[in-house]
Amino acid sequence: MTELTDLTVAEAQDGLAKGEFSSKELTEAHILSMEKFRGLNAFITETPERALEDAEASDKRRANNETGPLEGLPIAIKDLFCTKGIQSTASSKMLKGFIPTYESTVTSNMKADGIVMLGKTNLDEFAMGSSNETSYFGPVVNPWKRLSDERPLVPGGSSGGSAAAVGARLCLAATGTDTGGSIRQPAAFCGVVGMKPTYGRCSRWGVVAFASSLDQAGPITRTVRDAAIILQSMAGLDLKDTTSSDVPIPNFQSLIGQDIKGLKIGVPREYKIDGTDPEILDLWEQGIRWLKDAGAEAVEISLPRTKYALPAYYIIAPAEASSNLARYDGLRYGLRAEGKSLAEVYENTRAAGFGSEVRRRILMGTYVLSAGYYDAYYLKAQKVRKLISEEFATAFEQVDAILTPSVPSAAFAHEEKDDDLLGMYLNDVMTVPASLAGLPGISVPAGLSSDGLPLGLQIITKAFDEETLFRVADVLEQSASFEARPDLRV
Amino acid sequence: MSVDKSTVSRIAQLARIKVSEEDLEVLADELSKIVGWVEQLDEVNTEGVPPMSSTVENIILRQRDDVVTDGDCKSDILENASQTDRGYFVVPKVIE
Repeated sequence: MTELTDLTVAEAQDGLAKGEFSSKELTEAHILSMEKFRGLNAFITETPERALEDAEASDKRRANNETGPLEGLPIAIKDLFCTKGIQSTASSKMLKGFIPTYESTVTSNMKADGIVMLGKTNLDEFAMGSSNETSYFGPVVNPWKRLSDERPLVPGGSSGGSAAAVGARLCLAATGTDTGGSIRQPAAFCGVVGMKPTYGRCSRWGVVAFASSLDQAGPITRTVRDAAIILQSMAGLDLKDTTSSDVPIPNFQSLIGQDIKGLKIGVPREYKIDGTDPEILDLWEQGIRWLKDAGAEAVEISLPRTKYALPAYYIIAPAEASSNLARYDGLRYGLRAEGKSLAEVYENTRAAGFGSEVRRRILMGTYVLSAGYYDAYYLKAQKVRKLISEEFATAFEQVDAILTPSVPSAAFAHEEKDDDLLGMYLNDVMTVPASLAGLPGISVPAGLSSDGLPLGLQIITKAFDEETLFRVADVLEQSASFEARPDLRV
Repeated sequence: MSVDKSTVSRIAQLARIKVSEEDLEVLADELSKIVGWVEQLDEVNTEGVPPMSSTVENIILRQRDDVVTDGDCKSDILENASQTDRGYFVVPKVIE
């Protein structure tokens, strides 16, 4: 039999249903892996005892024929989701030791559907970063290594712990959140599937806020089908989030295994961005051929303002972050530093609690919102956002889906980009445009670089058209038949 | 536009983050770099374009009924505060 940790979500569901193994056995296998590969630092908080209790309870429910859609599946949760009674840190010193008295809507949905939570995964502090190196709890190690050297590589970010844990088979699936690429970029770096739904599909309630007009939760899995299964549970209308959508939710898994004959796939020439790894551009060409072979039609399209998405994002996201993170005052929860006056308590607490990237973004956000600069920067960025959004709308009059690379490079080494602030930001150049427009996007592992690292391709569709997204992603996955896996040694 | 030390000092005060003298210099340099880079947006003609603040801006936001749906959870609210006294958050004296 295949190792229990090698199963996909769909296979595990099948095995549990047939009684080939129990949730407890499945959970124990994953807890062992978690312990064995603790060196990856994928988890901030492991909850093995709780997981075993949950698994036993799940096995009892199954014995009574009371199974939920995700019954008994061991899953990891990004430590940006508040989980009742379990430390939830956002990878920040500010929230170290914070134990929520409530549960986020997304994790609540998943618990109601029967999941076993293995623990809380590492991320960039407050989800601000593309390498997981800004975490207060230390960087995550990518389970993959280059063929040419042994240096540890970053897993991407911000959902780096989740992507590494799924890639290293420490969990069947994990949740992530994506503001500008934080699900798709780490998924590409770790050779797994990462899906950001349409803005509004998943409730933001109980997810530590970064940039509220962009933040969106989604699944990280090893297959496209698994992403569809997990998203089904995460998504749904929630009256506690006013931007949560009431657009009907289709059966996502039913889209797997359908053909894409006659679909028009847009290929935006502006994504041939200077500095992109030539191997990634070749893989993109290969991706176009795969989809054509499957009966789709490739259509060259133009999204002329693509290059302005990233600078617009680096005004809008910090602006929203500076407002959202104003809540960390030291008084109500989180870290508190002392001071002689109230203002000093605020200033000392925030100086001690925030890391350097978070501080930089709060200051950038404060700057672009401050008197005299608001029109020149913030308002300007919002207008550019409108134009980018309209460009996508125009493109989707012509095509059903858009195919691009996920990231311009493969995973890089730790500290390799330390002195290159803007170089780090460029990681998100291909994921940010869809984020600004609120569109769904998915990164599918599609090949290996000559140095042995996974590379991903991204599919983007219209808002609330996850149907087409999953259809095309499934065909892409079948064509690429990516079966490589990291060579993990203890 | 470059961001100087006094500007960083002013926005740090607005953001209520204490920044040391040597960090002001570093941040002025970093923020200048970022601001200089985002200024490429000036190349885009945005005349007559409405600003977009949300991707759900065409949807009328729901309003819930004006009834109490939550509350009576004082201990939950105070649970994570580092200093409380008789059901209140404790802050340094504000009024002389």
